[in-house]
Amino acid sequence: MSLLEIKNLHASVNGNEILRGINLTVNAGEVHAIMGPNGSGKSTLAGVLAGREAYTVTDGQVLYKGNNLFDMVPEERAREGLFLAFQYPVEIPGVNNSYFLKESLNAIRKHKGLEQLDAIDFLALIKQKVKIVEMDESFLNRPVNEGFSGGEKKRNEIFHMAVLEPMLSILDETDSGLDIDALRIVSEGVNKLRSKENATIIVTHYQRLLNYIIPDVVHVMKDGRLVKSGGKELALELEDRGYDWVHEEAGQTV
Amino acid sequence: MNNETNTIEEFAAQEYKYGFVTDIEADSAPPGLNEDIIRLISSKKQEPVWLLEWRLKAFQHWQTMEEPHWQNIKYPPIDYQAIVYYSAPKQKPQLKDLSQVDPELLKTYDKLGIPLREQEWLAGVAVDAVFDSVSVATTFKEKLKELGIIFGSFSDAVHEHPDLVKKYLGSVVPANDNYFAALNSAVFSDGSFCFIPKGVRCPMELSTYFRINASSTGQFERTLIVAEEGAQVSYLEGCTAPMRDKNQLHAAVVELVALDNAKIKYSTVQNWYPGDKEGRGGIYNFVTKRGKCAGVNSKISWTQVETGSAITWKYPSVLLIGDSSVGEFYSVAVVNNYQQADTGTKMIHIGKNTKSTIVSKGISAGHGQNSYRGLVEMKKGAVNARNYSQCDSLLLGDKCGAHTFPYIEVKNTSAKAEHEATTSKIGDDQIFYCKQRGLSAEDAVNLIVNGFCKEVFRELPMEFAVEAQKLLGVSLEGSVG
Repeated sequence: MSLLEIKNLHASVNGNEILRGINLTVNAGEVHAIMGPNGSGKSTLAGVLAGREAYTVTDGQVLYKGNNLFDMVPEERAREGLFLAFQYPVEIPGVNNSYFLKESLNAIRKHKGLEQLDAIDFLALIKQKVKIVEMDESFLNRPVNEGFSGGEKKRNEIFHMAVLEPMLSILDETDSGLDIDALRIVSEGVNKLRSKENATIIVTHYQRLLNYIIPDVVHVMKDGRLVKSGGKELALELEDRGYDWVHEEAGQTV
Repeated sequence: MNNETNTIEEFAAQEYKYGFVTDIEADSAPPGLNEDIIRLISSKKQEPVWLLEWRLKAFQHWQTMEEPHWQNIKYPPIDYQAIVYYSAPKQKPQLKDLSQVDPELLKTYDKLGIPLREQEWLAGVAVDAVFDSVSVATTFKEKLKELGIIFGSFSDAVHEHPDLVKKYLGSVVPANDNYFAALNSAVFSDGSFCFIPKGVRCPMELSTYFRINASSTGQFERTLIVAEEGAQVSYLEGCTAPMRDKNQLHAAVVELVALDNAKIKYSTVQNWYPGDKEGRGGIYNFVTKRGKCAGVNSKISWTQVETGSAITWKYPSVLLIGDSSVGEFYSVAVVNNYQQADTGTKMIHIGKNTKSTIVSKGISAGHGQNSYRGLVEMKKGAVNARNYSQCDSLLLGDKCGAHTFPYIEVKNTSAKAEHEATTSKIGDDQIFYCKQRGLSAEDAVNLIVNGFCKEVFRELPMEFAVEAQKLLGVSLEGSVG
C-alpha cells in the first residue's frame, strides 16, 4: 500500500479551479520534489492535503495510508502523521515554542494511544532535537515564530518536524528566503529525518534545495497538473533550461 | 463554510457550569431599603452605635445621589426597593473547625471544586469563606494570630478590633464616594478584615471565596486590608455563583491601606453567573476597589481575571500618596454571549517618584462588549512620576466589541506617561497552524488566549494562575472552529 495516492484531484478556490487533475503516488521511504513556476498550483496542493479551509475539492480522491484523506479534519490528518512545513509560518504571540510543541506532541501521542510525555522527558527530547536545526536552546522559550527572522521561522518548522516525527512531510517552499547557510542547515535537518518509514514531498520552484536533498522523483507542475516526472536529473535540466520547454512539450502532448 | 461562526454560536450555547442552589434556610429581611432595615442589619450584627451612625449617614447621602450612567453598559433600571438587604444562614456559626459546618454547605463548596479541607491542609491557604452575608468558617486564625495578623470576618473585627476598624473604615473609599459605595456603606453585611502589623510578612496567601446564594439577595461585601510599616500580604479572592434567572446586584467595596514600605497584592478570579445565552439573568457586579499607598516605598498590586457576571463595572485603583510608591494593575476581562464589562483602573500619582503599571487584556466573544476605561493622573507634586499602560484587545468572531477609553491627566512637566494599545483577532491562519500540529480548535483557542493573557497570569499566585487558565478554557470552549 502506498503512503499517499492522489487520483485525478481537482480543487478550486473562490470558484477558480487551481488543481486540474493531479495524479501522484508516494511510497514510504521516498522523497518527491514538485517544481513549477509561481501560480502553477504547488502550494494549493500542499494546502489541500493539509486541509486548508479556503480550498474546495471538486473531484478526485486522495488516499492516505489507504484511507480517504478528506474524511479527516486537519487535526486528525496531523495526528495521523501528515505534516506541513508552512511557507509562511504563523506567529502565536505569548505562546512559548516548547510549550506549543509539547501540547502538539501530546495531542499526537494521545491519538496514537501513547502516554503523555511529562515536562522532564519532553525537555530532554527537544534539547536533542533542536540540535538538528543547529539552533540555540533559547529558541525553545521564545513565543512561536514571534520575532523570528525568515530563516529562523523555516528552521523552526523543521524543528517541529523533527519533534513530531511525521510519516508524510510536505515542505512548502521551505527554501524560499533562506540564505545559503540556513539552506544547508534546513536540508541537512531534512536528510537526518529521512527514513524508510516516512516520505517527504518538497514543493519548490528553485533547484538549489535539491542540491542538498536528493529526491527520488521530480515532478513538474503546470496549470494545476503534473506534466512531467523524472529522476533528480530533471531538476538540473529545469535549472538549465527553465520551465518553458517542459510546458511546450506538455502542451503538445495534452 | 465558515466554521468559526458556527463554533462561536456553539460557544454561545455553553451553559454555566456552576449553576445550582444550596438549600440552607436563610434568615432574611423583607425586601426594600429604609432606615429601619439598616437598623435591623446593624442590630442583627450587634454593632456599636458609631457604626450604625456611619451606615445611616451613608444612607442619607445615598438618597441624595443618582445612579451613574456614564459607563458603556446597558441594563434595565434596578429597583432598589425589591432587593433583600439582609440574609444570613440560620445556623449561627460558632465554629472551631470545618467539621462543625453544615454538611450541605461543604457539599456546595465541593461542587465548586473548592475543597476547603484540602485548601486548609495541603495548600496552606487560610480560607475565610463568605457564604451569603455571614462568615461561616475561618481557618488558620490561630496560626496567624501568633504573628499578630488579624484575618477574619468583618463582623468579628468590628467586635474584636473596633479601634482598627474605626480608624481605617472609609479611609480609602469614603461612604459618600459614589452611588454604589454609598449603598454598600449603608447596608454591607459582612466581608473580610485583614491587618498585618508592622514588619510582619504574612507567611501564607490569604484567601476568601465569595458566593452568592439566597435568591434576590443583594450582596454587599466590605473588605478592608491594612498593611502596617514594612508588612507584606498577598490576598486572593475568587468566586463562582449558582444559576439564577433574576439579575442580582453585587456592590462590594474593597479598601487597601499600605503604610511605609508595605506591600499588598490583591488577586481576584471572578466567575459569577454571567446570564444565559440570550443575556437573561446574571450578576451585576458594581464594585469599588481602591488602595492607598499612604507610605513611602509602599506598593499595591491588583491582579484580576474577570470571566463572569452579566455586567462588570469596576476600576481597582491606587492612590499613590507616599513618595516612591508603586501601583500596579493587571487585568484579564473576558466577555461572551451578552456580557458587558466596563473595567480598568485609576492611578492617581500624588507623591514624588511614584510609578504605576497598567496591563489590561480584554477578550470579547459572542455578542460581548468589553471596555477598558482608565485614568492616569499626575498631580502637580508628583515629580518624576512614571506610568506605563498597555491595553490589548482580542476579538473572537464578528459580533462582539472592544472599546478603550484612556484618560491621561498630567499636571507636572517631569512626569511621563506611556500608553500602548492593540486590537487583534484570533486569525484563521493561527487556528489552522495549530490544527496542522494536531491541536483541536478549542485547544488552539485556549493556547492563543492564554498566550495573549500571559503577562497577567504570571502576576497571579501559582494555584490561582492554574485556576484562571482553566476558567478561561471553560469560558471559551468551542469559541472558534
